[in-house]
Amino acid sequence: MARDDVKTGYKYVGTRPNRPDGLDKVTGRARYGADFSLPGMLHAAVVRSPHAHARIVRIDASKALALEGVKAVVTRADLPTGLTGEDLNLQDNTLAGDRALYDGHAVAAVAATSPLLAQDAARLIEVEYEVLPHVTDVDAAIAPDAPVIRPGVADYSVPEGMHGNVARYMEFGHGDVEAGFAAADVVREHTYRTEATHQGYIEPHAAVGQLGEDGRGEMWVCTQGHWYIRRMCSAVLGIEAANLRVTPSEIGGGFGGKTTIFMEPLTLALSKKAGGRPVKLVMSRSEVLRATGPTASASMDVKIGMKRDGTITAGQVYFRMQGGAFPGMSPIGEALPCAFACYDIPALKHEGIEIITNRPKAAAYRAPGSPMAAFAVESMIDELCRELGLDPIEVRLKNGARNGSKSSYGPVYDVIGLQETLEAAKAHPNYSIPLGPNQGRGVASGFWFNHGGETSVSLAIGEDGTATVSIGTPDIGGSRASIGLMVAETLGIPYEDVRVNVVETGALGVNEPTHGSRATFASGKAAVIAAEAAIREMCKRAAAEWGIDADAVEWKDGAAHPAGPNAGKFPPMTIGEIGAKMGSTGGPISGHHEVTAGGYGASFGTHVVDVEVDPETGRTTVLRYLVVQDAGTAIHPAYVEGQYQGGAAQGIGWALNEEYIYGPDGRLQNPVFLDYRIPVASDLPMIDTVIVEVPNPGHPYGVRGVGETGITPPLPAIASAIAGATGARIRSLPCSPPKVLAAIKALKKG
Amino acid sequence: MSRIHVTATVNGDPVEFLADPRETLLDALRNHLDLTGTKEGCGTGDCGACSVTVDGTLVCSCLMLAAEANGKRVETIEGMARDGLHPLQRKFIEHAALQCGFCTPGILVAAKALLERNPDPSETEIRYWLAGNLCRCTGYDKIIRAVQDAAAEMRQDHRGAA
Amino acid sequence: MAKVHLWASLRRFADGQEVVEVEAATVGQMLDALERAHPGLAPAIKAGLSVAVDGEVIANNRAAPVKPDSEVYLLQRLKGG
Repeated sequence: MARDDVKTGYKYVGTRPNRPDGLDKVTGRARYGADFSLPGMLHAAVVRSPHAHARIVRIDASKALALEGVKAVVTRADLPTGLTGEDLNLQDNTLAGDRALYDGHAVAAVAATSPLLAQDAARLIEVEYEVLPHVTDVDAAIAPDAPVIRPGVADYSVPEGMHGNVARYMEFGHGDVEAGFAAADVVREHTYRTEATHQGYIEPHAAVGQLGEDGRGEMWVCTQGHWYIRRMCSAVLGIEAANLRVTPSEIGGGFGGKTTIFMEPLTLALSKKAGGRPVKLVMSRSEVLRATGPTASASMDVKIGMKRDGTITAGQVYFRMQGGAFPGMSPIGEALPCAFACYDIPALKHEGIEIITNRPKAAAYRAPGSPMAAFAVESMIDELCRELGLDPIEVRLKNGARNGSKSSYGPVYDVIGLQETLEAAKAHPNYSIPLGPNQGRGVASGFWFNHGGETSVSLAIGEDGTATVSIGTPDIGGSRASIGLMVAETLGIPYEDVRVNVVETGALGVNEPTHGSRATFASGKAAVIAAEAAIREMCKRAAAEWGIDADAVEWKDGAAHPAGPNAGKFPPMTIGEIGAKMGSTGGPISGHHEVTAGGYGASFGTHVVDVEVDPETGRTTVLRYLVVQDAGTAIHPAYVEGQYQGGAAQGIGWALNEEYIYGPDGRLQNPVFLDYRIPVASDLPMIDTVIVEVPNPGHPYGVRGVGETGITPPLPAIASAIAGATGARIRSLPCSPPKVLAAIKALKKG
Repeated sequence: MSRIHVTATVNGDPVEFLADPRETLLDALRNHLDLTGTKEGCGTGDCGACSVTVDGTLVCSCLMLAAEANGKRVETIEGMARDGLHPLQRKFIEHAALQCGFCTPGILVAAKALLERNPDPSETEIRYWLAGNLCRCTGYDKIIRAVQDAAAEMRQDHRGAA
Repeated sequence: MAKVHLWASLRRFADGQEVVEVEAATVGQMLDALERAHPGLAPAIKAGLSVAVDGEVIANNRAAPVKPDSEVYLLQRLKGG
């Protein structure tokens, strides 16, 4: 599709109106997961393994059940057997089978008449463990003496002879890398490491579940995708999907971490055992950090060859990633294709393995795999730029992917905006501010594929000419507003006349979650097409009233008009007039669209950061930060900026502070926000943004997903800025003060 | 365990409830008084989502026992809008200073407490005052701008009224 | 015939071929034809793939069209946050 297919000159798209859910969210009225209650509701608590790896010898709940007010206890013995594949993995993670596989793995759950009583009862459930050898580090897990955690876990892809903890292997590339390295003036090779981090959404997981003897149930839950909740809970508990009605609450952040289940099936299993009384389960922060889905940790070998003029001749990576005790959870399959996605390089080789460890089952986290890959590759490119005295933006302009480039993972890029982000970053005043002592500047680019996915949307015209849109993607960051703007634009009615509701599983076809930066793209695209269907029907109604052909009616500014003088002379019929009469002109008017949405365009970004490093303490202060990213078309620019700023802040946290720290005993050492330190207001400067708009030909308004790319560049950009400030290159995140200080001291000694 | 009878004033209204001695003020607000606008993000005083004021002092309600609220004057997010939205609430919507909105009640309560003490805070003062309120979505940029804008408007109104 | 590019570590399941030519009008037909020609690819296809047809990445839409001159790339199933 050509770029000029995308319309311009909008009335509502590109404006910044108040979001429709804003009032509820500033007054405390918005209902999140833990805010839901039902009559007769019980409260649950979970018993968790204190061991990283242990055989469960015996569970004795008799003392708990003897407590007055305790209504039910569930263990793995209460769940159906015979599951396979990912369903079995989900069930294994919901409640441990014969083995606990990580610190915090759920072993039993109890429901009682109050939260405190449930916690008391959980403490009375006796579990006898036989502790087994464990391993939590990604590299240690493939050492010859490492215990094999899940024998037989390797899938078809793993060649013979690899360590028993390797679950997946992949290799791809193009060109002759050896010839490429031979043609380079400088070839460098290093290993980079990133630690596991958590999405850190402020709202802990919470659900209220109810399941009767008849196998029919309901759930209210904070989630990015309630159809996923329905499918996964149904599979784990052996009930039919149609019999479980799932309603999403408002969601207090997800970032990928709420695209799957953790404790949700327990509410249903407990409810059924307690005679169908509803059961509420709210995780504590420690439970969230220990036993939900952090991202992978990674150990990554990178080799790149560059000519003196900055031309990159070849690149090669070998990534090792662990995604916990379950296969298929590390983002190795995403990290590898992201590694060189920003570049057009003649010879590339990518190899990677997924490794099993005694850690929680990883979940998606904003552009899964891309931040780690960027840390490795973008850091290395910055090292080469500094060694050769080259400008990092010029080198990226020279080697960067553009329209028609063959991507590093195979397919040819259609219309992309990387070069535009680089030009905008170069032109931005932040790029030429002089730096003072102990200050450094870092530049990095980033990439995310984006996603379309299964999408079902309905739109109904009201009797007063307003429109109600039913979508299935929970609103995490303003997507009701952006979808409302696109529908208003399409129908030609005020934004305030469009109400967008996130509806339950019974109300629409299956929707994938709000993930892959797809809500505004895919639900928005489907809503626009649904609105066009309603417009066709409204034109038909007007045509019937006027006694002319439906093709002779056109829709503009919220009304049907005769299309040209030959169609006849009739005054426009507004959406309000058509809506008022619809009962007598053929019945309700609605539009519907369902699709596995294609046409999502990748979003590229370039970040520029200035830091100052205290040479006495090694503490890094971010002085200024610039995000430049291609949004395709920014439907609601304020929330696009918000995605850029939020992604950057998470990336800054990952770069400077955040890490999962496991002790030698395999226990998580920092399962509270005091010790797992996410950025606070006083850690950050204002985050400058530039929205580049290279419209995506695959969307009626040119939208590209914008949610994920922004977390990718901060990791390498900050490490590179620290290198500029100190001369010391940190190749292992986070760049915590002790690590930076040690690196500075080593330089002085060296 | 015997329960403790607590009477207090919440958002100007008299309330009474029976508290388990182990229950926090946050538990009481949410579970006994149905005031679920105040959120629990950590339960350890690190995230500020449960911020309320007690006799005018900003506290994490997860760190205070319910029984300690006896005889006290508690203000929560639900009491913030009087005769229409508080300027902070309005500015948070206008500036898109919330994405998921879960930290928003705590941040609004904390920001209001700041502006009552210091009607003209610098950016740095706002950042340090709100350093106990975690937001994972926004990177704080638009939050700081919304607080600055609300403060400016409130100073203007104050001058206008004087 | 559409050209289907296999990633390097898949090639051992397809007699070492980098590109397999298949007769197919849709992504679904393409995957079925691949599996018929090279049964060793079945576990990879069953595990879930993303398919890029002429530059556009298609997660799991078997109905998506494939043209006789299409360039198809198989990718690992992509997940998003």
